[in-house]
Amino acid sequence: MRHAAARNASALLAGLIFGLGLAISQMVNPKKVLDFLDVSGNWDPSLLLVMGGAVGVAMLAFRFVIGRGQPLFASEFHLPRMTKVDRRVLIGSGVFGLGWGIGGYCPGPGIAALSAGSTDALVFVAGMVLGSLLYRRLAAPRA
Amino acid sequence: MANFTPASALIGGALIGISATLLLWLTGRLAGVSGIMHGALLQRRDGWRWLFLVGLVAGAGAWLWLSPQAFAQRAGYPVPLVLLAGVLVGFGTAQGGGCTSGHGVCGISRLSIRSIAATITFLLTGMISVFVVRHLFGVAS
Repeated sequence: MRHAAARNASALLAGLIFGLGLAISQMVNPKKVLDFLDVSGNWDPSLLLVMGGAVGVAMLAFRFVIGRGQPLFASEFHLPRMTKVDRRVLIGSGVFGLGWGIGGYCPGPGIAALSAGSTDALVFVAGMVLGSLLYRRLAAPRA
Repeated sequence: MANFTPASALIGGALIGISATLLLWLTGRLAGVSGIMHGALLQRRDGWRWLFLVGLVAGAGAWLWLSPQAFAQRAGYPVPLVLLAGVLVGFGTAQGGGCTSGHGVCGISRLSIRSIAATITFLLTGMISVFVVRHLFGVAS
């Protein structure tokens, strides 16, 4: 495997910048996220601008990157093969949203919030690992 | 909308976009955190996923260290609810193949219909959840 060390360093760097972005935008604060989802309460549209900022950059930059034909340190781009809307993506995303609205954490902010050492985030991440394993055990399509 | 913080939201969002771009350009991978986490749990020998997750914690930790007041921690929210939330998020993102970053940021940026449908769905059910928990059951958060 060529470039394995460069790939690892790149992943660490990307993670650092991602975590910094989540912290600066306060998405690691579950109350901020719940205030966004609480459209009938004291609505906080900040999350919309976080997504807008991220999509704005990525939409422009992804075109150039994918247009290069090959990543710098790997032989190919790993893009999802599934493109259709099916029951699995709708039910899964629906279940994810229910949990998101109960806890105020999605996976990125939940993991990033571990840095504050709060029990809240730790319990959430433990639940997420459990949910991931449960899915593998009970519901994953047999390959 | 007194709690609206547009500047930090846009700056933080742009950093997330830059991170996703770097990961795709350098390694060919999409920065979907749930996918990276599920993959890390399955393939313990594949190091890049764990390194991304370590970076995620360290990057947020660096900001917390620089500006401690920026990070309002939540205390006193019912633990069983947080655990239930985690299980649903873990299960749902595994089944739905993505979360706010994978579908919401990377998928929408690639104009994937599947990701756009996923994003609309989790936004809607997230809003329903908050309405039920906060307003019907009156749990403060």
